[in-house]
Amino acid sequence: MDLTKIASLGLSVGIFCFVVWLVRERRLREKYALLWLCTSVFVILLTVSRRILEVAALGIGIYYPPSLLFLVGVLFLLLVAIGHSVTLSRLSESNHNLAQEVALLRKQVEDLKDLQKGDKL
Amino acid sequence: MRILAIIPAYNEARNITAVIEDLKCFSGDILVVNDGSTDDTAAVAKGLGAEVVSHPFNLGIGGTVQTGLRYAYEHGYDMAIQFDGDGQHRGDQIFKIVELVQRGEADLVIGSRTLPGGYKMGITRFIGSRIFHCLIRCLAGKAIHDPTSGFRCYGKQTIRLFSRFYTDDYPEVESIITAARNGLRVVEVPVLMRGRLSGHSSITRRKSAYYMLKVTLAMVVDAMRGRDLVGES
Repeated sequence: MDLTKIASLGLSVGIFCFVVWLVRERRLREKYALLWLCTSVFVILLTVSRRILEVAALGIGIYYPPSLLFLVGVLFLLLVAIGHSVTLSRLSESNHNLAQEVALLRKQVEDLKDLQKGDKL
Repeated sequence: MRILAIIPAYNEARNITAVIEDLKCFSGDILVVNDGSTDDTAAVAKGLGAEVVSHPFNLGIGGTVQTGLRYAYEHGYDMAIQFDGDGQHRGDQIFKIVELVQRGEADLVIGSRTLPGGYKMGITRFIGSRIFHCLIRCLAGKAIHDPTSGFRCYGKQTIRLFSRFYTDDYPEVESIITAARNGLRVVEVPVLMRGRLSGHSSITRRKSAYYMLKVTLAMVVDAMRGRDLVGES
């Protein structure tokens, strides 16, 4: 086993453990952790067997196998970024609805309080 | 018919008194939607006897108008009027935008400055309005000359639709498409308006390019949506 292989393996196993730890500490939701765990497993597989990368790269017509790695990496990051934008949109939508709901409910509470005061007088 | 005047207000403490005074001739209820103002807009409005709803933080004009429309929907109002908190709109013009909705001949009436009898606007705003005018004609088959006007009257169906679907930022133009494509009758009537009393418009020169792009995208996407929103419960 050469040095790059060991370093790469160490890094991906490290990331895998880090993600598991984040979930354990409740700092990362399982839903989002799944994606990152899959990625690290994917990288571990590629590191362990160079053959997989070579076969896959040549299979789709890429003659320099490591560039497949870059391609997959960029595509993956793109998907994650779009996914986050979608999540962000959903969150701002519910944030917006909550603010309106709070405003309307607060008004209702005030109206009820005024009504109660009127009854007591 | 029960009518609600919705006044969206963000830091309008200096203008709000004049605006509410101006609405003395108006026979319906007045709701000030305070969009997270940092001044005492809410207190001043309350002191003048208006109903006040306050957002916990700033939502923008679209969210503010929508809160008013949700209030109108929940309280069963037949009509709602949008009346800006900066003093540009005139209380004595309300009868013009209310009339068609009252007679059941329109669902959304826009008080317009550019029709004969209206006011002149700045050149940039004029060009922007023309572009939107063309876009609206293409997408909704309607000629609206002053699509950015915020002086409006909403009928019951429109209140219901917009209390569910309304944009946060720059909603005026987009809402015309939404309404028209959902089978609501959108009509424009000429009204008189004033220049603003104090404070600044929410659309600055720097923002106007973004405004044009965002609204154009929103209108095109809106035109690709379904039309059955009114029928849904």
